[in-house]
Amino acid sequence: MNLEAIREKIAYQPILLGIFALLASGALALASSATGGAIAAAEAKDLRDSLSEVLPQGMADNDFLTDTVDLKKGEKTVTIYRARQGGVVKAALFKVAERGYAGDIQVLMAVDTDGKTLGVRVLKHVETPGLGDKIEVKKDKWIKDFDGKSLGDPSPEKWGVKKDSGVFDQFAGATITPRAVVKAVKGGLEFFAAHKAEITG
Amino acid sequence: MSESYGKLMKDGLWENNVVFAQLLAMCPTMAVTTSGTNGLGMGLATTAVLVVSNILVSMIRHTVSSQVRIPVFVVLIATLVTVVDMAMNAWLHELYKVLGLFIALIVVNCAILGRAEAYAVKNGVAASAVDGLAMGLGFTGALTFIGLIREFLGSGTLFAQASNLLGPSFAFLEMKLPGYGGALLMILPPGGFAILGFLLAGKRVMERRLEERAAQKAELAAA
Repeated sequence: MNLEAIREKIAYQPILLGIFALLASGALALASSATGGAIAAAEAKDLRDSLSEVLPQGMADNDFLTDTVDLKKGEKTVTIYRARQGGVVKAALFKVAERGYAGDIQVLMAVDTDGKTLGVRVLKHVETPGLGDKIEVKKDKWIKDFDGKSLGDPSPEKWGVKKDSGVFDQFAGATITPRAVVKAVKGGLEFFAAHKAEITG
Repeated sequence: MSESYGKLMKDGLWENNVVFAQLLAMCPTMAVTTSGTNGLGMGLATTAVLVVSNILVSMIRHTVSSQVRIPVFVVLIATLVTVVDMAMNAWLHELYKVLGLFIALIVVNCAILGRAEAYAVKNGVAASAVDGLAMGLGFTGALTFIGLIREFLGSGTLFAQASNLLGPSFAFLEMKLPGYGGALLMILPPGGFAILGFLLAGKRVMERRLEERAAQKAELAAA
């Protein structure tokens, strides 16, 4: 029996396919278990880095990664990281998401106890490269426009992009993306205002 | 297999270039060539996958029957890309954050299956590896070139954010044309098609000129 003859047999085809499917699943399972820990660690480090980025230096003397409180926001649960100084909550850090042009834009923001934004960063998005990706701090400093803003400043009707007669710039060729980020931040501030007692308590 | 490696390289880089001659992989070509850096990143990641997939396909080419070769190759390539995706996410996390978006796109790059079908399944492991490398580098060159043109016309920069991809020591590549806002059309898909069209036409003209010159030479020699 040579390989050429066996290869033409009808039973050879499903067996071969099955073997390759098994090998592929095996390879994926191996790769997944080999990389799982490292990926989780890298993502935790990313979270810590980005949390430290939205929080001004010296705002916290606790490990805010472990000082969390979970709150319901609609259907979803939002984890809030609390930055304390001498045991008193000084700022809350949490993620909000809003639908952008191509998918959800995940935004991380820090709010102080007066309801003022301390910093905003986009964590994850799938917006058009070259157009919508200016919301990343690496590509444009637009996202820093939110620093120091609160629900009263600018007034609620001014919380929008300039096209919608708001105060925030849009980008040439991309209005939906910045509009979504503005909406996300505003929603975050409203969420904080509604749950302030639970967060600082 | 009598083909020399030099011929393979020339084929991949110019004569049978994935983008400019085979017109394959148009989807990633249009999607990522909004800047030179994006094109380069996508090209390099694709090259890596292409070399490994060509080697693997060539290794199993006697075992796989022609009836089921396509699903086998598709499973192989998809597995490979997923493993590369996970490995990069775990161990090259900084690079992954820049390239991550592109990696999964490689699965649907028909140039990879195309090379498996057209070359690796009929040729030895070493030749297939060289073919993958040549095709990959040709693809990388094409994407980077289109990306640079679109980026220059569209946003007035060259290799913007190259240091994110290649490391801070490559920051010198980044250039910006001062006082030029850019023509947005070039960044949008129509610009991509227009640029590609002009480049294809240019390549044809160049090849015809070369042919004519060669014919003239032959005539002179005959006379």
